[in-house]
Amino acid sequence: MATEHTGAVSTCVDSHGSAIGMPQLCFDWFPNQIFWLVITLVVVFLVLSRVALPRIAAILAERQGTITNDLAAAEDLKAKALAAEEAYTKALAEARAEAQRIAGEARAEIQAELNEAIAKADAEIAAKAAESEKAIAEIRAGALESIEAVAKDTAGELVNVLGGQADDATVAGAVEARMKG
Amino acid sequence: MASEAQAADKAAEGGSLVFHPMDQFIVKPLFGDGAVGMFTITNSTLWMGLAVLAIIGLLVLSTSKRAIVPGRMQSIAELAYGFIYKMVEDICGKDGVKYFPYVMTLFMFIVTANFLGLLPKSFTTTSHFAVTVVLALAVFLTVTILGFVKNGAGFLSLFWVSSAPLALRPVLAIIELISYFVRPVSHSIRLAGNVMAGHAVIKVFAGFAAIAAISPVSVLAITAMYGLEVLVAFIQAYVFTILTCVYLKDALHPHH
Repeated sequence: MATEHTGAVSTCVDSHGSAIGMPQLCFDWFPNQIFWLVITLVVVFLVLSRVALPRIAAILAERQGTITNDLAAAEDLKAKALAAEEAYTKALAEARAEAQRIAGEARAEIQAELNEAIAKADAEIAAKAAESEKAIAEIRAGALESIEAVAKDTAGELVNVLGGQADDATVAGAVEARMKG
Repeated sequence: MASEAQAADKAAEGGSLVFHPMDQFIVKPLFGDGAVGMFTITNSTLWMGLAVLAIIGLLVLSTSKRAIVPGRMQSIAELAYGFIYKMVEDICGKDGVKYFPYVMTLFMFIVTANFLGLLPKSFTTTSHFAVTVVLALAVFLTVTILGFVKNGAGFLSLFWVSSAPLALRPVLAIIELISYFVRPVSHSIRLAGNVMAGHAVIKVFAGFAAIAAISPVSVLAITAMYGLEVLVAFIQAYVFTILTCVYLKDALHPHH
């Protein structure tokens, strides 16, 4: 450094290039420092106020807007999900009611068929019973007739054996009178 | 650097420790030698210019993508913006927000200059009273002029503490007046003093490292001091800014 050989170039630096006292109090440098500081501050202020700060403010506002929009969209989707759930529940309830209706119908149909079948069976049974009764009555009537005939024959024979003279009409009349009780 | 070589020579010659903790604050021309004139490009000019570049890089280049989901640098820019914006809004109120770019300019310059000053071999522009006094005076003059423009003579009610007993008010007025005019002094010396002291202490510890036996302690001490200085670099910028906001609030709302 030139200062080492030529001696102090200012009142603040000695011939070895070391500071004399506090460099902060060297008034020789003040105009230089103040001049460049003012330039610096003006540049910084212009950069900040013209470019940086409006841009950052815009970014922050945009982000706020995006967040608000997203929240609104989320709210919307939530409402849609609720509506979908409601529709699902409704459809489920309807399906359940329909199933119950169908089951009830089927049950009623089966019951009707069953009733019909029972009625038919009853009718058949009744018919058979009537037929049987008729047959029994016929048999009984047949039996009575046979008894009457046998009784007449037997009575006639008995009269004959006992030595009477049995005429058919009298025997018949007597037997009939007896049978009537 | 030549001065350090000189110091080493002297130390070798004298066989004793030589400290030049203040040499780091010397303002010198960046190109060639000679006197420092008003427009000379000096190391101070260089580091102020680097501060400007750093601010542009941090606040302009990092936000050039305008990403909705910010990257790291954009996050820092938004953080700085939100930090100072909220400070101005909280302290000065809604009507103080229009002075936000001025406050932001002060904060960004001081904080970047402080941090750049922590780089080895760098020059700390904010360690000079010439710089901090200009910053503080700018705040002081702005606040005083703004106070009178906004409130007229009502700005003087700042000194008339209406909540105090009437007998005490003249005394308080004198105290308030003195404290008002001391503001730029404390405002500027606080910043430059803190920054300068920290850097000088680191340099003193570095001087002790010349003795082999205590050099590990010296390195540890430098590391610890450096950590503290990182804290101080931010805190002093924060303090300067918050005081600016408080003074601005006085100008906008002088009534206690």
